[in-house]
Amino acid sequence: MPDGANSVLYVEGLKTVFKVRGGEVHAVNSVSFDLKPGELLGVVGESGSGKSVTMMSLLGLLPSPPAEVREGRVIFDGRDLLQCSPAELRAVRGLGVGFIFQDPMTSLNPVFTVGFQIMEPLRRHLGMNKEAARKRAQELLELVNIPDAAQRLGDYPHQFSGGMRQRVMIAIALACDPKVLIADEPTTALDVTIQAQILELIRELRQKLGMAIVWITHDLGVIAGIADRVIVMYGGQIVEQAPVGELFARPRHPYTRALLQTVPSVLGERAPKLKVIEGQPPMLTATPTACPFRPRCAQAFDRCARENPARRAVGRGHDVACFWDFDSNGPVAAAESAANA
Amino acid sequence: MLDHKPTQKTLVEVDGLKLYFPITAGLFRSKVGDVKAVDGVSFSIFEGETLGLVGESGCGKSTCGRALLRLYDVTAGSIRIGGVDIAKLSADALRRMRPTMQMVFQDPQASLNPRMTVAGIIGEPLDEHTTLNRAEKLARIYELMDAVGLSRDFANRYPHAFSGGQRQRIGIARALALNPKFIVCDEPIAALDVSIQAQVVNLLEELQDRLGLTYLFISHDLSMVRHIADRVAVMYLGQIVELASREALYGSPKHPYTQALLSAVPEPNPEHEANRRRIILTGDVPSPANPPEGCNFCTRCPKVMDICRKVEPVSREIEPGRFVACHLYETTTTAGATAAPEASGANSLSTNNTTTQQGV
Ligand SMILES: Nc1ncnc2c1ncn2[C@@H]1O[C@H](COP(=O)(O)OP(=O)(O)OP(=O)(O)O)[C@@H](O)[C@H]1O
Ligand SMILES: Nc1ncnc2c1ncn2[C@@H]1O[C@H](COP(=O)(O)OP(=O)(O)O)[C@@H](O)[C@H]1O
Ligand code: SF4
Ligand code: SF4
Ligand SMILES: [Mg+2]
Ligand SMILES: [Mg+2]
Repeated sequence: MPDGANSVLYVEGLKTVFKVRGGEVHAVNSVSFDLKPGELLGVVGESGSGKSVTMMSLLGLLPSPPAEVREGRVIFDGRDLLQCSPAELRAVRGLGVGFIFQDPMTSLNPVFTVGFQIMEPLRRHLGMNKEAARKRAQELLELVNIPDAAQRLGDYPHQFSGGMRQRVMIAIALACDPKVLIADEPTTALDVTIQAQILELIRELRQKLGMAIVWITHDLGVIAGIADRVIVMYGGQIVEQAPVGELFARPRHPYTRALLQTVPSVLGERAPKLKVIEGQPPMLTATPTACPFRPRCAQAFDRCARENPARRAVGRGHDVACFWDFDSNGPVAAAESAANA
Repeated sequence: MLDHKPTQKTLVEVDGLKLYFPITAGLFRSKVGDVKAVDGVSFSIFEGETLGLVGESGCGKSTCGRALLRLYDVTAGSIRIGGVDIAKLSADALRRMRPTMQMVFQDPQASLNPRMTVAGIIGEPLDEHTTLNRAEKLARIYELMDAVGLSRDFANRYPHAFSGGQRQRIGIARALALNPKFIVCDEPIAALDVSIQAQVVNLLEELQDRLGLTYLFISHDLSMVRHIADRVAVMYLGQIVELASREALYGSPKHPYTQALLSAVPEPNPEHEANRRRIILTGDVPSPANPPEGCNFCTRCPKVMDICRKVEPVSREIEPGRFVACHLYETTTTAGATAAPEASGANSLSTNNTTTQQGV
């Protein structure tokens, strides 16, 4: 379970709902987590599990309507971001928290030079003059390993390759020295050899700068390579949280276990047949009153249809939202796990 | 390239295939150059096997797959399917060949007509190529829906009402309608969620076993290709740099690009990832409109030699069934080059590395 002390970011009971024609989409339900200084928190989950909506909700990045952040607290720098004014939030986004999006082409503006786009937040949030901002922009491009940084400041985004554009996005996100960097599928659109370059860069930047990072991905291999701690999302909820080694060695949620078995690998033994998770992810039309994984779960039993399991501790820094206990291979005692509010 | 095994029958035989897209400029659209999307590839596919085709975005995989079905007119080379060179076939003769070769596309959303029902989509090739009456056609459509695991109740629904995995099943059912022998699967699982990918891959494998299908499986997912393919061809900038059996290719990659590509795949195993030494390639893939002189990989290759910048390496069979296009494996060249295969002949990825370079 998250604990507020000693966290750079602390999220509690976040709930985000979209108003759509014919009803609601409950995209994020009672999501709680925290981020420790300097750590890399990996967030995995399939498409539609609520990863992006969670992170966008934190910083007021969702258009409202249709989005509505209904409940929760987001503590950053001693205040609740959900209570902040739009102007205060803009300052937080500029100075405290850097954001990298999935597609670098849509997040860079094609009509401005790369240099201008890096200098803009420096001048706006840090009040730098043109000279100082240019110098810093060049340093930032060098930091992300773009050769001939001084010359490249005058180039437009289309003159960069996909991998280089993602580096520029990282440079912009790092411009004002944020305490927290949130990266939403930053390598999903990239080729594997270019992804390897970006992951190497992130490892290097963590050593140099020491900021805390939230890294969203659906790739368990990427998570295994860079995360300290992992959150697994399913159907708008956190279903498991654990240190990275523990999660891969001792997964405790049926979804995590099935996911780890279904992905093939380039090393080790090759299974003759892939393990399958039957069925589809759930439609999130209302607050869940049962376990969202139930229709696809091999362990499901009657209680799972009556209650939505709350997260319960199963080890050091390891918790799981499930009524099944894999150690005893039976249901957990009813008292041990009260229903999710 | 001849990669026959005596026991196996070749269904598809590609020789010296080139597919160039003209680059035009100016008022009169005069030709100023070529995008060499596929630049001289040769390979065979045996009956009933799956050949994996891997490589980075833009390397020419889709173009190659589409050329194989003559969805493009080829620039040079031959494509024999069941003995007939379809590269030179007339439009009419090609139409008669169509039923035997089909394609499954990446984006199940975009490849299905949103205004047609599922039955209409699956039945469309039957309208074009058969004389079945209504009842016979519907019976065949139901049979196909059963085969791909779609409930018959869905026959009159429209594609938007389906999930990505279900749409891909519709696409597969349509591809199967005319009892094809050969199917090009172009990134058939790339748009699907991890938990759905295995469902579709297992379906493709079951259908292959049951119907004796032959697949060209195009993918950038090296882990999934290791699962599904019998043999694997690795493409870089319009050319096949290595082709080998699955075990040989993943067990001990020979071409420096294959080695780098495999070492870049993140493994879902934290312990392994922490101790792994990676080959980080510098730079990006050059433009296929302007490939480098000599070896196409020489601008990024960690083992580049002088000869690589001048002379284009030719593909040769360095072990039975394994083809590599790289000067390191040419025994007839300089002494330095002959020594290299041992230096790089590591047997598994975890031990295999030379220089770890920082990306540019
Ligand atoms: N603008 C919107 N209007 C309505 N529903 C939305 C909107 N944005 C997201 N949703 C819904 O919210 C849920 C979670 O979406 P979210 O984008 O957070 O998932 P994700 O895990 O990040 O997916 P992906 O991996 O595809 O980006 C989904 O059910 C999605 O359909
Ligand atoms: N219709 C076309 N006109 C011009 N260039 C094309 C066309 N189709 C593909 N190309 C180019 O051919 C190369 C290979 O493309 P493609 O076969 O789509 O690669 P992949 O499938 O591996 O991503 C790319 O450089 C691409 O830009
Ligand atoms: S709570 Fe029940 S249905 Fe949900 S994951 Fe656990 S065992 Fe399966
Ligand atoms: S021919 Fe030379 S440049 Fe090309 S892959 Fe071999 S060693 Fe590298
Ligand atoms: Mg997302
Ligand atoms: Mg393609």
